[in-house]
Amino acid sequence: MAEYPDRSQYPAHLPDGSCDIDLSSGKYLKLWQGPNHPGITGNMSVELTVCGDEVVEGRTHVGYLHRGFEKLMERRTFIQCFPIVCRICVPEPDFNEYCYAAAVEELAGVEVPEKANWIRTLILEMGRVNSYLMYLGGQAGAFGQGVIGQWTTYARDLMLDRFEELTGARIYHMFILPGGVRDDLPEGFDQRMEETLREIESTLADVHDTMFRNAVFKKRAMGLGRVDPAWVDEYGVTGPVARAAGVAKDVRSDQPYLVYRELDLEPVIAHESDAYARADVRRRDLLMSVDLIRQVLARMPRKGPVMATLPNVLHWKIPRGETYVRGECSRGEYGYYLVTDGSGYPRRVNVRGPSYTHAMALLEKLIVNVNISDVAGLLVSLHTYPPEIER
Amino acid sequence: MSVRDVLSPFAAWKHLFRDPVSIKDPFNREASERYRGFHQNDIEKCIGCGTCEAICQNGAIDMLPVSGVDGVQTRPGDSGLRPRIDYGRCCWCALCVDVCMTGSLSMSNAYKWVEADPDKFRYIPGVDKKHWDDYEHGYRRPEGHRLNAPERIEMPELEPGERIDSFAEIVGGYSVEQARLEADRCVTCGICVATCPTHMPIPEYISAVRDGDYEAGLKLLYDSNPFSQICGKICTRRCETTCAASHEGDPIAIRWLKRHITEQVPFERYRAIIGEPAAATGHSVAIVGAGPAGMTTAFDLARLGHKVHVYEAQSHAGGMTRYGIPEYRLPFDTIQREIDLIVSMGVEMHYNTRIGADISMAQLQQDHDAVVLSIGLWLGRSTRVPGSDHRNVYKAVDLLRRIRDGEQLQAPKSMVVIGGGNVAMDIARSMARLQQQQHGQIAITLTALEDKSHFLADPVEIKESIEEQVTILDSRGPQECMVDDQDNLLGLRTWRVHSIFDENGRFAPSYDDGDEMVHEGEWVVEAIGQMSDVAILGDELTEKLDWNRGRIQVDEDGRTSESWLWSAGDMVRGPDVVHAVADGHRTARSIHAHLSALDKQENA
Repeated sequence: MAEYPDRSQYPAHLPDGSCDIDLSSGKYLKLWQGPNHPGITGNMSVELTVCGDEVVEGRTHVGYLHRGFEKLMERRTFIQCFPIVCRICVPEPDFNEYCYAAAVEELAGVEVPEKANWIRTLILEMGRVNSYLMYLGGQAGAFGQGVIGQWTTYARDLMLDRFEELTGARIYHMFILPGGVRDDLPEGFDQRMEETLREIESTLADVHDTMFRNAVFKKRAMGLGRVDPAWVDEYGVTGPVARAAGVAKDVRSDQPYLVYRELDLEPVIAHESDAYARADVRRRDLLMSVDLIRQVLARMPRKGPVMATLPNVLHWKIPRGETYVRGECSRGEYGYYLVTDGSGYPRRVNVRGPSYTHAMALLEKLIVNVNISDVAGLLVSLHTYPPEIER
Repeated sequence: MSVRDVLSPFAAWKHLFRDPVSIKDPFNREASERYRGFHQNDIEKCIGCGTCEAICQNGAIDMLPVSGVDGVQTRPGDSGLRPRIDYGRCCWCALCVDVCMTGSLSMSNAYKWVEADPDKFRYIPGVDKKHWDDYEHGYRRPEGHRLNAPERIEMPELEPGERIDSFAEIVGGYSVEQARLEADRCVTCGICVATCPTHMPIPEYISAVRDGDYEAGLKLLYDSNPFSQICGKICTRRCETTCAASHEGDPIAIRWLKRHITEQVPFERYRAIIGEPAAATGHSVAIVGAGPAGMTTAFDLARLGHKVHVYEAQSHAGGMTRYGIPEYRLPFDTIQREIDLIVSMGVEMHYNTRIGADISMAQLQQDHDAVVLSIGLWLGRSTRVPGSDHRNVYKAVDLLRRIRDGEQLQAPKSMVVIGGGNVAMDIARSMARLQQQQHGQIAITLTALEDKSHFLADPVEIKESIEEQVTILDSRGPQECMVDDQDNLLGLRTWRVHSIFDENGRFAPSYDDGDEMVHEGEWVVEAIGQMSDVAILGDELTEKLDWNRGRIQVDEDGRTSESWLWSAGDMVRGPDVVHAVADGHRTARSIHAHLSALDKQENA
C-alpha cells in the first residue's frame, strides 16, 4: 500500500550480497534510532543508512540490556534460578518461569499435580493477554495514536490486579516453581476474572473501531514489512509473525503442553503478512486467550494439591541430562534448553526467545526501502522485547 | 479503505463521557492479601538458623547478632542471629519465607516506604520496628507448601512382641536409600553443632551420607568423637532437640545417620581412615577408669604420641556404656570394636586393677607425667525411705551391672521401680525381658516424682517401655518399702506429688497424703541417681583436693587443684556419654599443653 520512489537511484548489491555505500558521496546519511527512542520497544538500536527519508540499510545493535542471565544461572542452585528467570522478559515473564520449571521437572523426574498444570495454563494465558494489550498500545503509538495505549494500559492494569491477587505480585509473579505452583486460586477469583475479561473485551471493541478501522493506521501499516511465507522456515520465524503469513504455526496446537490438549483452540491466521495483518492476528489471538481463560476456569479441577513433594531444594542435585522445553508465548516459540551434569547447578541454560530472530535477522531484511517514519512501526510489528535477545 | 475507515475512529469520542479509570487515592490502596511486600519476622519464633540467607540468590540477607535485644539470647537452639534484609538487593521472590524452618519469616502487604537515606533500606525485620510489623495480610507460606520434607524417615525396629523376650537389638539401622532421604532433609544450618557437647561436624557428615562418601564421613566422626559407633546408638542427642527441622516437623535423625556411617564402612578400614598416631613423645599418662571420658582422653593423647596406661577395675572397658546400658540398646560387639580401635592407637590396658587395692594414686603420680581420674558414677543413691534397707530393695546400677556381666538373675514375679530417668527405664525394660523369659508375663510398676510432661527419660524410652507392658505412674512420691512380719517385702507405698521444688528451686518434694497408693512388688528397685566412689582416692589425697558439693572441683580444662591430676567424665559433669567424650577431649588438650610446656622447659 505504501508508495516508494524509484529504486534505480540506490546502490547496487556487491557480489557478496552487501551494499556498496559510499558515505563520502554525500548521498547517504548514517542515522541512529535508539537505544533511547520512543519508537524502540526497550533498549536496542538500529543503525540506519538513509538516502533521503528512505532506509537503504539497517543494522541492529543490542547489548544495552545484557545482564548475563544464562551465565548467572550456571552459578546458582536450581531453586535459586527460579527468581531470576522471569526477569528475562518483563512484559510476559511467566513463560520463563514455566519453561524453566518444566525443564527442571523433566530432568529431575518430578511429577506435577494436575491442578498445578491448569493453574499454569491460566497464568500463561493471562500473561499473553497482558503482552498483547501492551503491544496494541505500542503499535498504535508507533503510528502516532497515543490514546489507544492509554486504554490498553487500563485494561492491562485490571489483569495485573488479578495477577496480584493470584500470585502476590503484579509484574514479576514468581509463582510457577519447579514442582507446581505456589498456591491455589483465591476465594472469588473466577467472578473477578470474569469482570476483568468483560472489561478487556469492551476495550478491544473500542480498539477495533479506532485502530483497525482507521484509515491512517491502514494506510501506514498495510504493505509495511511484508514477510514472505518462504522466509518462515529460512529465518526461524514463529508466532503471530508466521501466522500472519498464512503459516499456521502454534506450539499450543502443534505440540500441546500443559492442558492445551483439553482446551478448544484453533491457530489464528492471516495471509497479507504485513504490519496490519500481524496486528490483526494478535488482536484475534487475544480474544482467543480471553476465551481460553474462561475455558480453563470452567474445566479445571478444584480439589487436589498444587505442588509436588520436592527433595530438599537447598542441595538439589539433578542427574546428567539435557532437554528442550517449548511453549507458545505472545511473540512465538519460547524455549529453554537445559543441560545438567549431576551437580547442584545447571551446566548450561540457553533461552530461545522469538525476539532474537525477529528483531535482528528478520528486521534487517525487512527494513530496506522503508521510510524512516515507519521504522518504529515496523519494529513494533515484529513484537520485540530486547531483554530476551540478550539473556 | 472505505468511508467507514474515516468515520469509525470517531467512536473514541464516547470516552469523553466516561469517568476517569484511574484510582482516586492510589496512596492508600491496599495490596492484595497475598502480596509479597516488606518482611515481617517473629524474632521470638526465629532461631537464627540462616536458611533464609542460604537460599537467597541475591545475597540480600545477612545474619546479624542481636543477642540481648528484645529477649533474643544466644543459647542452645538459637544462634542469637537474625536476618537483616537489604532492599537494594531483595527481589521479593519469597523463597526465604518458603524455606523458613520455624515459620517466623513472612511478608506483609505493605509496599510503600520513602526514605532519604538509602542505608535505611537495610534493616532487621522484627528488631527494627516498622509500621507493617502488625499487618495482618501479606505473603505467608501456604498450608502444605514446603521446600523440604517435614517428616522423618522411619527407622526399622523390632515390634514389641518380637523384642520383649530377648535382649536382641531393637533398632535395625537405615538402608542406604533411607539414609540418603533422611540426610536430604537437613538444611545444613549447624544449630546442632553448637549444642553438641563435643561439637561434632554434624552438617558435614550428613552431607557425606547424602553424597555416599562414607569414608570421609567416618573421618569427620572420629576426629571429633572416638565413641561414634556407641553414640550412633545411644547418644542422648541434644542436637536433635535443637534441630531447626524440629520446629515445623520432625528433627533430622542425626543419631541414626551417624550410626549409618559407622555401619557402612567395614571395620577393617577404620584404622586406615583415622590414621596413624604421631611419633612417640616419651611422655606417659595414666588414666583411671576405662569409660567414655577416660578412653577419649586416651585416644586423643595416644594419637598425639604420648604413652597412655589405662587402669580399669572391671574385666572389660567401656564403663557405664558396657555395664549400665542394656544390650537391646547397645550390643557388646559395638563397644568392643570401639575399644579395640582406641587400644590399637597404642594404649595399654590394665584390667581388673582397682585403685587403692591393686595400685595407689601415689604410685601413679610417681610413674606418670599426668594422671586422669575418670571413675564415673557407680554407686546408686537410695531414697532412704523406711524399709529401703531390705535385702530385696536394689539399686538399678547394681542390677544392670549384674545383668550385663552375664549373671542369670532370678526375676521376681512382680517389681516396683522408683525413678523416671533413662536408668529407671533401662532396668524396668531389662527386668521385663527376664520376667517374660522366666514367667511368661510382665508385672512391673514404675513410679516417678515428675509428671508426664517433665519426665527426665527420653520420650522414645517411655513410649517403648509402655509398649513392653511396663506400667508407668507419674507424680508418685515413695514413702515406704512395705515389709510384713516375716520380713518379706510387700511393695511400695506412695503419695501423690504436689510439687518437687520449693520456691527457691531447691529439691524439696511436697506430697498430698490423701492420695495414697500401694504398688505390690517382691522387689523394689531404686533408680534415682548415682554418685562416685571417691573413697578409692585415700584420705591424704581427698584432704588435699578441693571439693564442690561432693564432686571434685576442676577448672575449665578439667584440672584439679593438684597440678598432676585431672578429672573428667560423669564424676565431674554428671551422667551422659557425649558429655564425657567432650570432657575427654578437653582434658586431653589440657594435658597435651601441659606436656608440651614441659618439653619447652627442658629444651630451653
